[in-house]
Amino acid sequence: MTVSPALIYGLTGLALFVIGLAGLLLCPQLLRKILAVNVMASGVFLFLVTIAHGSGALIDPVPQAMVLTGIVVSVSSTAAALALLCRIRENADRRDPSQQKGGR
Amino acid sequence: MVWQNWLLVAILLSSMVPGLIIFSLAESNRGWRTALNILGATVKMILVLVMIVGIYQGRRFAVHLRLLPDIELVLRADPLSALFVALSSLLWLLTTIYAIAYLEDSPNRSHFFGYFSLCVTVTIGIALAGNLLTFLFFFEMLTLTTYPLVIHRGTPEAMAAGRVYLLYTLSGGLLLFFGVAWLHALAGQIDFSRQGVLLPLLAEHRLSLILIFAVLIAGVGVKGALVPLHGWLPRAMVAPAPVSALLHAVAVVKAGAFGIMRIVLDVYGLPLSRELGLLMPLLLLAAITIIHGSLLALGQDNLKRRLAYSTVSQVSYIALGISIGSPLAIMGGMVHLVHQGIMKITLFFCAGNIAETLEIHDISGMNGVGRRMPLTMGAFTLAAMGMIGLPPMAGFVSKWYLGLGAIDQGMEWLIAVLVLSTLLNAAYFLPIIHRAWFKEPAAPWPGTPGPTGFRECHWMLVAPPILTALLSLLVGLLANSGLSPLAWVRFIVATRYGP
Amino acid sequence: MISPSSSWLIWPIIVPLLGAVLCFLAGKPPRRTGLLFAVLTGGASLVLGWQVLARGIESHALGAWRPPLGISLRADGAAALMVTMTAVTGLAVSIYSGGYFQSRLTGDDRDRRRLAQEQYFWPLWLLLWGALNGLFLSGDVFNIYICLELVALSSVGLTALSGKPPSLVAAMRYLLVSLLGSLSFLLGVGFFYKTCSTLELAAIIGALAPTPPMIMALALVSAGLLLKTALFPFHFWLPPAHANALSPVSAILSGLVIKGTWYLFYRFWQEEILLAAVGALPAILGGGAIIWGAFQAFSQQRLKMLVAYSTVAQIGYLFVAFPLLADPAGMGGPALFYFAISHSFAKGAMFLAAGTFLLQMGHDRIDDLAGVRQILPVSSFAFALGGLSLMGLPPSGGFIAKYLYVTTAITQGRWWLALLVVLGSGLTAAYVFRAVAAILSPRLLEERPQLAVAASMQWSALALALMAMLLGIVATLPLALLGVK
Repeated sequence: MTVSPALIYGLTGLALFVIGLAGLLLCPQLLRKILAVNVMASGVFLFLVTIAHGSGALIDPVPQAMVLTGIVVSVSSTAAALALLCRIRENADRRDPSQQKGGR
Repeated sequence: MVWQNWLLVAILLSSMVPGLIIFSLAESNRGWRTALNILGATVKMILVLVMIVGIYQGRRFAVHLRLLPDIELVLRADPLSALFVALSSLLWLLTTIYAIAYLEDSPNRSHFFGYFSLCVTVTIGIALAGNLLTFLFFFEMLTLTTYPLVIHRGTPEAMAAGRVYLLYTLSGGLLLFFGVAWLHALAGQIDFSRQGVLLPLLAEHRLSLILIFAVLIAGVGVKGALVPLHGWLPRAMVAPAPVSALLHAVAVVKAGAFGIMRIVLDVYGLPLSRELGLLMPLLLLAAITIIHGSLLALGQDNLKRRLAYSTVSQVSYIALGISIGSPLAIMGGMVHLVHQGIMKITLFFCAGNIAETLEIHDISGMNGVGRRMPLTMGAFTLAAMGMIGLPPMAGFVSKWYLGLGAIDQGMEWLIAVLVLSTLLNAAYFLPIIHRAWFKEPAAPWPGTPGPTGFRECHWMLVAPPILTALLSLLVGLLANSGLSPLAWVRFIVATRYGP
Repeated sequence: MISPSSSWLIWPIIVPLLGAVLCFLAGKPPRRTGLLFAVLTGGASLVLGWQVLARGIESHALGAWRPPLGISLRADGAAALMVTMTAVTGLAVSIYSGGYFQSRLTGDDRDRRRLAQEQYFWPLWLLLWGALNGLFLSGDVFNIYICLELVALSSVGLTALSGKPPSLVAAMRYLLVSLLGSLSFLLGVGFFYKTCSTLELAAIIGALAPTPPMIMALALVSAGLLLKTALFPFHFWLPPAHANALSPVSAILSGLVIKGTWYLFYRFWQEEILLAAVGALPAILGGGAIIWGAFQAFSQQRLKMLVAYSTVAQIGYLFVAFPLLADPAGMGGPALFYFAISHSFAKGAMFLAAGTFLLQMGHDRIDDLAGVRQILPVSSFAFALGGLSLMGLPPSGGFIAKYLYVTTAITQGRWWLALLVVLGSGLTAAYVFRAVAAILSPRLLEERPQLAVAASMQWSALALALMAMLLGIVATLPLALLGVK
């Protein structure tokens, strides 16, 4: 059995997804959780791109379009998550000013 | 004929609409509230009379509402429903009058009368239900409309009683729900007007049918206060007197007894019930309830609690009559639905009057009450005599037919149950009567008598028990005339459950 | 393009999205614009429902671009029913919200924050509404993914709106869970595309087969959807998010948002091939939810927490009946949808009513709510009626749904399911009456406080509760709509 590049990319994508999932579940810090979600997203995108190359010489445009849209969605949700994180930090700081310096 | 069908809806609306309007009235708006109450009750009485005359002339009344492809809500007036409807609407009118005076100056009256009217609407719905699903529909609603009445006083004791009440009735409701759904899965929609639909299932589903019967009877038996499901009834006595009167004589307990009638007579039918051997266990249960309830009543000193246990015992006469199964016994059981209602409501009215005017709640404190409140105690005495079953009172008629029916069926031993129950009834009612009339009061009565020295309490509190007491005498005296409940019951049995 | 004869399929999506943009651009709190677009969206949805009922399945390719690159919309009976349900609950919530934000203004310096909340509420809510409608009407799985993300982002925004620390933390958790669910869904979509070479939902469902990639795809998609629907044991994120949000938002989240992902799950799992193989799985989780959720709800001290845990339990009912979908008489689907709609109305009404108590009393501790009935009779009544439907007592949609559950289960010989539903009703009654007993308690208040709640809030809660009641009496119309296939 030959190991095709598509298979390597596909498995890498799935591995990234699993690594991201582990990060999301295991890291207590919110920022790391957000980053973990991004790692997961990259894994999924890599997998989708692999599908586009999967069959024959022709490149299927549909998964490419999905990845492009997916990246837009991912960027905006990361932005939303970061904004939310900032608000949570502000709240925590307002309650407990002593943490202001060292906390981050 | 369209008007006939709308008549049933109008009978329901005649108490529902006033109820809903009363909810929205301000607490201080006494005039409108009273007017609406009386108006609704009167209109309902007139409509019910029209319906009864119609049924007697052989007209059919039915309304259908399709819920799902094979599920319908059906309102239908057959002679048996007419009996229950007539009882409920008459006693509602009297109880409303009583309650208006009883609750004078107490808080939350709009709330009270709103639920009061809804409660009667739902009871009428139970009476008019034309199939098992509709019966379940209204039966469950009865729990919800009576709960606010039980907790009306809002004291911790009342809230606790409300919890017990819900625990019992909702569990019973779930059982009934399960049984109805089970039967539906087995046999489709069960219509009360078509008897014998379950007979073809006998061969294949014998065990299921027996289990369903047990589940259904347990479901309605909670409200009907069959031993051992009667625990809620004495605790619910914390409710105001008109509510107790309504619960015992018209709505909840009666709905349970009525449900037993429907299940045995119209869902299963006597032939199938006999074939499955279901009547004997029910008969034993009823007999045990009759004796056990009386024994418990004997041990109570609180007047309302004694009356409550007396209800446990008396209502089971209805189940007893049905489960004996001969036409005469069925007549005795059915007519007791009305007779017990009239007598028991009298007793509760009187107990309410005594508690309200003299603040006496215990039998041991009732020495000489008869001198202070002769009219109330007179009515009480009359109704209690009826309960014991002295001829020619209403209770005698019921027991007489039950006894005849038992002999018909070759169950002479039941006579012993009836006699024992009568003795027990006498044992718990006669001491009350003796105390009230023949013993000296321990201390001067609180409050001064009215200007004439004769005024007991508000006339609206005294008139209803006197009326119902006289009525319980009349239905016994005139039992053989064409207008008595007995005559109507004879008509029911002759047209539907005859041999 | 808009002639009465042409399809209204796109308007329930376009109108709220347009409204969201306009509301966002408006300088001050866009209450009027928001209400106007809410009414328009509701109207368009109802017209669509009527069209599907009258003419059968509607479908439309946006801009005449054919799939796979174009966006295709499709409304069968089930989708139209969900859109209609969203319209009814959405209209009630919108009217409530108008009164809610007005009533919260107290004339002091906290008003600025409250006005800002309203300014963001309307665009987010309309965006959510449009995305939900898109979710129901989309014909291909990738657009469904986009709508899922839109629903998630706008829901998270709405959850965070109150600005209080607990709700911010809850919103963060909600966001992370949602993203996890969406990514899992997307990965599943990738697997589907790899095996079927299509994104069309109907084609994928038609091609379901027990091959390893298909199983992988379905497992990923289902896990993502279950996570987002908060089915036990994935429910951990739901109660704090639903209970700490502003009250109209709670009603939206509990009444509508979870129905979106549940509906998608249903779309995949209604197939017999799946039900026969692993149909018991959602049922087991659902059974766990019914029992666990009810016990948690019963032990809550705060009314909104109680109602939120009740949602956890009721989600269980949405899944427990999946084995019934294989009913030869075809009553499993109607039972499920009937439950979903009744729950949407009843739960919406309960959260709206709970919001009026919270606003009036300044707290929602169940034990201290006694007497609230005297100040807020209408919403107390609404809460009780909603509870009635939840318990499955007549007359209510909940009663019809549970009756269908039990009769169908017994017909199929699934006794455990019938008994579980009955037992669950008992547990529901226990926690509902814990709240209702306090709210309807006849205890008198010592002094009568000023009424702090707009009439429109109380009445919209009651209207929604009455809709749940109405479902118990007029059942034929929604079922006729559902029957369009």
